[in-house]
Amino acid sequence: MGFGQLPYDVAHLLGGGMLLLSFMLLYQRRVAAVVSVLAAQGAVLALAAAWQGFVQGAPQLYLTALIAAVAKAGLIPLALRWMIRRLALARGVDAALGIGPSLMAGVALVALAIMVALPITTGAQALAREDLAIALSVVLLGMLMMITRRNAILQVVGLMSLENGLVLAAVGIAGMPLVVELSIAALVMLVLVVAGVVVFQMRERLDSLDTLLLHPHRGEPE
Amino acid sequence: MLTALALGLVVLGLLALAALAPMGRLAGPVVLGGSAFLSAGFALAAGGALALGLPEGVLVLPFGPAWGGMTLALDGLSAWFLLLLGLAGLAASLFALGSPGRGLVAWPLFLGGMGLALLAADGFTLILGFELMSLASWALVALDHREAGNREAARLYLIFAAFAGVCLVPAFGLLGALDFAAIRAAPPEGWRAVAILALGLVGAGAKAGLVPLHLWLPLAHPAAPTPVSALMSGVMTKVALYVLARLLLDLCGPVQPGWWGMPLLAIGAASALLGALRANLEDDTKVALACSTIENVGLVTMALGLALLFRAADLGPMAALAAGAALLHAMAHGLFKALLFLVAGAVQHAAGSRRLDRLGGLIHAMPLTAVAALIGLGAAAALPPLSGFASEWLLLQALLGGWRLGEIGLQVAAAAALALAAMAVALAAAAMLRLFGLAFLGRPRSPRGAGAREANRFELAGMAVPAVLTVLVGLFPGLALALAAPGIRVLVGPAAMPPVVGLAIGAGEGHSAYAPLVVILLLGLALVLLWVVVRRHSPAVAERGPAWNGGFIDAPPEFVFGDPLSQPSAAGMAQPLRRMLGGTLLAAREAVTMPRPGDPRPARLEAGFEDRAALALPTRTARLRDAVAGQVERLRGLTLRGSLSLGFATLVGLLALLAWLEAR
Repeated sequence: MGFGQLPYDVAHLLGGGMLLLSFMLLYQRRVAAVVSVLAAQGAVLALAAAWQGFVQGAPQLYLTALIAAVAKAGLIPLALRWMIRRLALARGVDAALGIGPSLMAGVALVALAIMVALPITTGAQALAREDLAIALSVVLLGMLMMITRRNAILQVVGLMSLENGLVLAAVGIAGMPLVVELSIAALVMLVLVVAGVVVFQMRERLDSLDTLLLHPHRGEPE
Repeated sequence: MLTALALGLVVLGLLALAALAPMGRLAGPVVLGGSAFLSAGFALAAGGALALGLPEGVLVLPFGPAWGGMTLALDGLSAWFLLLLGLAGLAASLFALGSPGRGLVAWPLFLGGMGLALLAADGFTLILGFELMSLASWALVALDHREAGNREAARLYLIFAAFAGVCLVPAFGLLGALDFAAIRAAPPEGWRAVAILALGLVGAGAKAGLVPLHLWLPLAHPAAPTPVSALMSGVMTKVALYVLARLLLDLCGPVQPGWWGMPLLAIGAASALLGALRANLEDDTKVALACSTIENVGLVTMALGLALLFRAADLGPMAALAAGAALLHAMAHGLFKALLFLVAGAVQHAAGSRRLDRLGGLIHAMPLTAVAALIGLGAAAALPPLSGFASEWLLLQALLGGWRLGEIGLQVAAAAALALAAMAVALAAAAMLRLFGLAFLGRPRSPRGAGAREANRFELAGMAVPAVLTVLVGLFPGLALALAAPGIRVLVGPAAMPPVVGLAIGAGEGHSAYAPLVVILLLGLALVLLWVVVRRHSPAVAERGPAWNGGFIDAPPEFVFGDPLSQPSAAGMAQPLRRMLGGTLLAAREAVTMPRPGDPRPARLEAGFEDRAALALPTRTARLRDAVAGQVERLRGLTLRGSLSLGFATLVGLLALLAWLEAR
């Protein structure tokens, strides 16, 4: 299976789509739009999982796809939107790194991911290799987003995107047990609940979602 | 044979478990008796293997780390040290039976750890045994933890033991393989070999107490109970030297360059001199003995360094001479130092103190212990015909042959080492004389010392074993060296012959030889002659008069054993050497405070010394640790984003390193 064959091309296309959406997450300033991009990434992830299930002939991956479609393209963005509405952030703009620097940093991280992932996996299938490189890029871009954003909700979005990258890596590898994906999905829902609580508390106490304001309130004697 | 030895190690582990069982008063005799029995078995097995033929091959145990079983083997080197372990372990276990059993769990583990380290045929097993030995002995040092000084000593000991482990693990890791046979087939080269030399020397040196890593030794050895300090000084330092010899002389092989011997020679000479000098200045018997251990470990290290130098210069007989000196002195010191620590313990039991200023006149109360002490101290002072003289004679002969090393630099170094070694040996003799004179001669210095009784029979048996062996090795050093011949071959090559001439030992292709039996004959002849002359010129009946009290006024009548202050004191006997040598080497100080006329305060003379060489490294390390901790503390002040960025940057850095490594 290689370049020019349908399973490879579609998987590559879907993975590339996720990477593209990660870049959009990186530079998008408007809070509401960021959540929409996350939903789109979840949907593409669901498609990628379903395609892998079809290609590998592994029916449990359809379940993964279903979870991704329901949770990541549906429930999580809905919950985030609800939070944004409650907090009146719909038109909010987050001060992030500029478009130029964030895209340059992102490209550098993708290059690093390819340089790391491709030589390690020599001997593996071309599909798995490309998939791993793309998944590692998505993970790194999610982390970069967590660092560059100051708004707490958008840091949560970065974490979700990072997790999307992990699931993409997991579905790309034949024979990954379902329990891994199920536990990751459960973990993400828990993280969302915790993050929601934290965000509301911050809003209540500090009247802001800027995580920089948390610093003076650390529980340490100075 | 190997299976029997492995079973012996397992039984030692079972004894440690048995000590946990509630056996009441039976626990001590069972565990210690079992340890003594197994030690005797080790000694018999090792001695038999050396005399009759070593077991071939390697025993692979059915368990071990993930990549394969642990392996045991017995070659000449390990059998020689196992013999020492068995003999000293037997003596110390017997001695321990004489007092209520304490530390019964750690005692068999300590013995077993040393046995495992000696029998190991791969790096993993060796490190495992070495660390087991360190941990078990730490538990034994910390046994009397109610005293603050002992807690401090145990803490320091643990730090140095951990440091030794931290150095030895990468040293064995750099060898490229774990199995010893595989390492010998492909010895390390280039920077890896140099790194192994440095790490091995520091790691094993820290455990053996080589200068400048000896700070813990004079603190930890006295802090432990007597049988433990006997084993620690007699055997544990030798296990560290075994690791050093195994790593540098055997595993790294004869391909290494000759300069490898120089650091060993230099560090050994420094240790020998400093240890011997300190042994003269300390006023605690066990501390002085521990300092003498530093000296003797230094002498063995010098001999190992010489063996390396001669081997690289292709001087086979000289290398065999130096290696024989190292092995014989390791055995001799292991026996007489174990004996001396047991004597110090027996004296502490009987006279209630380890301080020389509270002992004295014990030769009347403890004649048998005094004989044992005389044998041990004579050997430590290198007096013929005892074992210490034979081995140190070999070492000095090897040093005297240093002119055969082709290069002028090495010749000068060997000559300097000769001078330092001779000075160390002379200082050690002075220290041993001082110990015996203050503890056993003269009159008691304290009421408790005046009421001393002879040691009990277990303690006497424990002291008798190494005393007899010290005399035997001294009388028949040729036989001992013949036993050590397989070990010498491991160290310097398969063609080496031990420096033996019949029952005597010889150096330099028979140019000089030392025959103890002839020496003892001459000595006996001279003594008999002296006795005859004295008898002829002295009155027929011996007359006892009052001892001259050095010009002091008579002691008050309630001082039945005389005024202690009219006898020489430990500090007084140390004063000349402290003034001569202490100033430069040990930062000795002396201050006289003389009050003005009319001031009722007493005049004071304060003297002391500080071992700066020992303190230099630990204090600097502690300062570095504080600085690093201060810098790391700043990380806690990072913002949320800063912390996230730190983790992210670390990840990216590691990935970049990975990518770079792959690209190479």
